[in-house]
Amino acid sequence: MTKISKEEVAKVAELARIELTNNESEAVTEKLSSVLSFVDILQSVDTEGIEPTSQVTGLTDVWRVDLVVDCRVSPQELLANAPMLQDGYIKVKKVL
Amino acid sequence: MANNSHLEYLTIESAHELLSSKKISCTELTSYYLERIKNLDKKIAAVLELQEDSALASAKQLDSKIAKGHKISLLEGIPYTAKDMFLAKGTRTTAASKILENFVAPYTATAIEKLNQAGAILIAKVNQDEFAHGGSTENSAYQKTTNPSNSDYVPGGSSGGSAAAVAADFGVFSLGTDTGGSIRQPAAYCGVTGFKPSYGWVSRYGVVAMASSFDCVGPITRTARDSAIVLEAISGLDSMDSTTIKSDFKAAVSNNTKSLRVGIAADFTDHQSIASAKIFLQESSHSCLNIELPNGELALAAYYVLVPSEISSNLERYDGIRYGMQSLNCSDLKESYMKTRAEFLGSEVKLRIITGTYALSAGYYDAYYKKAMQVRTLVSDQFAELFADCDVILSPTTIEPAFKLGSKSEPIEMYKTDILTVSANLAGLPAISVPAGLDSATGLPIGLQITGRLGEDATVLALAQEFQASTDWHNKIKECLI
Repeated sequence: MTKISKEEVAKVAELARIELTNNESEAVTEKLSSVLSFVDILQSVDTEGIEPTSQVTGLTDVWRVDLVVDCRVSPQELLANAPMLQDGYIKVKKVL
Repeated sequence: MANNSHLEYLTIESAHELLSSKKISCTELTSYYLERIKNLDKKIAAVLELQEDSALASAKQLDSKIAKGHKISLLEGIPYTAKDMFLAKGTRTTAASKILENFVAPYTATAIEKLNQAGAILIAKVNQDEFAHGGSTENSAYQKTTNPSNSDYVPGGSSGGSAAAVAADFGVFSLGTDTGGSIRQPAAYCGVTGFKPSYGWVSRYGVVAMASSFDCVGPITRTARDSAIVLEAISGLDSMDSTTIKSDFKAAVSNNTKSLRVGIAADFTDHQSIASAKIFLQESSHSCLNIELPNGELALAAYYVLVPSEISSNLERYDGIRYGMQSLNCSDLKESYMKTRAEFLGSEVKLRIITGTYALSAGYYDAYYKKAMQVRTLVSDQFAELFADCDVILSPTTIEPAFKLGSKSEPIEMYKTDILTVSANLAGLPAISVPAGLDSATGLPIGLQITGRLGEDATVLALAQEFQASTDWHNKIKECLI
């Protein structure tokens, strides 16, 4: 019931920025195949003309006043969890 | 241990009565739970981190106010626990993941803030499946929680620490989250009451996100009455969560049931939970009719496309840069992302992120994500049709009671334990699980689920309170505790 190949899994895992070991990659391929087989039942439903639901409340355009508000937390408190800081900025590895 | 039998298994109202009549102090009550956790949690492993110092400090402060004549309100001085999904400023908040092992919450979730303002006392953060991905709490990166009725069995999940804590009497109630059954399923497995409110009734601000169009915050309690009291305290509009709804729910009037038309899931008339419900209904003023539930397999399939999709998007934030763990010795940004997520996320979390990324990727979007969103519409439509003929729907919460630790290694097997609970999340409906029997083979608790129309949380809670007024299943947990 292989619905997906190891190569496809490797491609998707890279898109998701997760490095998989060889063992993990085999396990994910097998498990993802069984999940995809399970959700195949959706294809048996006639959904012609059915509006998709992305949220259930029906709320639209929930605006707030465009004013600076006190969010009760300081930049220092928010930065305290960052793994690497320099001069009050978050340090990031080189991009290229 | 001192003889504390007068403190065992208190409800919010009975604890309040003891506190307000000065029969006990808040320090005594808080210490009782802290001691109990220290004595019993080695076996149950529900607690991730005690909040001993802050809890005792709050209790002491309240006691001195009471000594000066302060009249306490209902939740004031009531000790509770919260799933580790909830941010409470200054507490370590891990969502049971290694990637948040050192994360200290810089602000407080609205639900916790509202309970703070009501005077309730957070005594511990409790275990769960990592990022709430699971139905047994076995996916926690830290520890495996056991079912307080039998330590060979799981407590359910993902709010398994919360349900086990309430069942083991570690606090009066607990806060959980429910994306596909994560409050109701563990409540059923542990013999306690678990309520998922209508989507949008409780703010998600400060709650670690799983699948944002599904996630609901709700209470796990001894009784439906307690669920109503907690719901009143935590629900309402919040400017920090634009999906919240104005609800104005009042616990005081939530036990007024009018005569209801009760739909009973025809496929489960032999189930013990339904048998218990029928005995109750015969003596009540409600009328019954048999109904067909929306197709559970289809609902589950739609759920396992949509939820991993939302997960893959929501969990992008765990990149090891702004907070959380970061893999060492990486040379560039991409390697840092790949290795950080490889090293600190668990296998079920990785599977769900990859499943969601696949479902959303170019070429598959229409076949999976769009199709599942359309089936979500059909499930809501089926409920709307059912609710034309009945006011509430009764079904078992789960087909079977709790399973043994380690017995469901295949993801689909685990996913199927939520087959009767996910539909309410697809449609955003309020649903409660109440204890309704004990399994004859294992003695483990069995749950009855009551589902109502969107926004009719009061009706669901009223019927649950009426059920508990005429049955004793919610008190059985005291005898089941090993």
